[in-house]
Amino acid sequence: MGLAKRVIPCLDVDNGRVVKGVRFVDIRDAGDPVEIARRYDQQGADEITFLDITASSDNRRTMVHVVEAMAEQVFIPLTVGGGIRQIEDVRRMLGAGADKVAINTAAVANPEFVQEAAGHFGSQCIVVAIDAKQVKAGESPRWEVFTHGGRRATGIDAVSWALRMTEYGAGEILLTSMDRDGTRDGFDLALVRTVCDAVPIPVIASGGVGNLDHLVDGILQGHADAVLAASIFHFGEYTVGDAKRRMAECGIEVRL
Amino acid sequence: MSTVAVIDYGMGNLRSVCKALEHVAPTARVFLTADPDALVRADRVVFPGQGAIGGCIAELDRLSLRAAVLQAMDNKPFLGICLGLQALYDFSEEGGGTKGLGVLPGRVALFPSERMHDARSGQALKVPHMGWNQVHQVAGHPLWQGIDQDARFYFVHSYYADAGDRGQVMAVTEYGIRFTSAAGRENIFAVQFHPEKSQQAGLKLLENFVSWDGTA
Repeated sequence: MGLAKRVIPCLDVDNGRVVKGVRFVDIRDAGDPVEIARRYDQQGADEITFLDITASSDNRRTMVHVVEAMAEQVFIPLTVGGGIRQIEDVRRMLGAGADKVAINTAAVANPEFVQEAAGHFGSQCIVVAIDAKQVKAGESPRWEVFTHGGRRATGIDAVSWALRMTEYGAGEILLTSMDRDGTRDGFDLALVRTVCDAVPIPVIASGGVGNLDHLVDGILQGHADAVLAASIFHFGEYTVGDAKRRMAECGIEVRL
Repeated sequence: MSTVAVIDYGMGNLRSVCKALEHVAPTARVFLTADPDALVRADRVVFPGQGAIGGCIAELDRLSLRAAVLQAMDNKPFLGICLGLQALYDFSEEGGGTKGLGVLPGRVALFPSERMHDARSGQALKVPHMGWNQVHQVAGHPLWQGIDQDARFYFVHSYYADAGDRGQVMAVTEYGIRFTSAAGRENIFAVQFHPEKSQQAGLKLLENFVSWDGTA
């Protein structure tokens, strides 16, 4: 017995409301992130991730209120990503009740920001989010870091980037395959495994989950420490409890 | 009205700790404070913390809180969380070596990389130790009341406490090695995990703390 593998539902939040249609039969207001997070908490989610996809910085303040409300009602770890660009953004989110922040574009634009943030607040609250796309297939595949939702190539090798971010003080990597994101075809297991085996810090696999066996594969074949999914939970197809029971049946240690 | 002071020295997610305490103790007055007198006056004191231990001890001294924290530990129910456990020991390896408050004998060390393998799968164990792990109670204590043996709590840390006095170990957890995940004596109780982030089990522990009279 030991550390459990984590299941993390992810919510995209735009101006304080959940987007991408979350449908639970008995939730009155399907757009309220706190209400949905509570539901996932009751189902046994190990953590919750909010990705703020709000375009304007004015509306970003709304996210602070969402996080504050969440911290009053849900007592599991919360990660907030999206628009974390400076130390003040980190401070504001942690102050509102987030446990970790996910840094993506700002890390690519200014890697020292990760170092600075980890130095200020500790590695335990700094997650570096990496959006990776395969740029070379075959025997020795290669993945590159992309930004702006997978539209902009950076030329940076995803594996060496993950290692560099570890050296800079990241406490965890949130690894999303841009090839698989939204496809429901399962994780890019080669990517997940390559990164997980390369870095000494925990890795959350993300992008492509369409059924419960994909979660199992991410852990057993991908060696992920945690698995993140959105749509399979949002549409009420599966509960977090269903996911954990399936994982337990496959011999994976989970918190039930 | 019972008062719970949460030491505010700028380290870690203090808001979560306060909200969780308010949730389990709606009639208590929970407040964040960096005022030494307020700590000494409070009925109970919580010492939370995340980040680096060097910064933690330095901030306590910068805010002239050390004496008040030690005084609070003399006689009132006192709960250390995460760094608030590690800081109670004599010494930590972190940051090239940091002297702790020396309230409990023992030292704090980095998870040893050569031991960090899963016994079953052989897979490498990641550091920080992050996520839900089992807490094996090795001593009966009022704070364990209503909490299952081997219940899971949320951890996030890279250093662990190696208690010098086995009689002060309240729980152990396995992660490559077996480490002290809860410790205490008399009116002091301290946990490596985050009860404020550990859902039902964590809330129960906090509820037990706010009704604890400080005797073991």
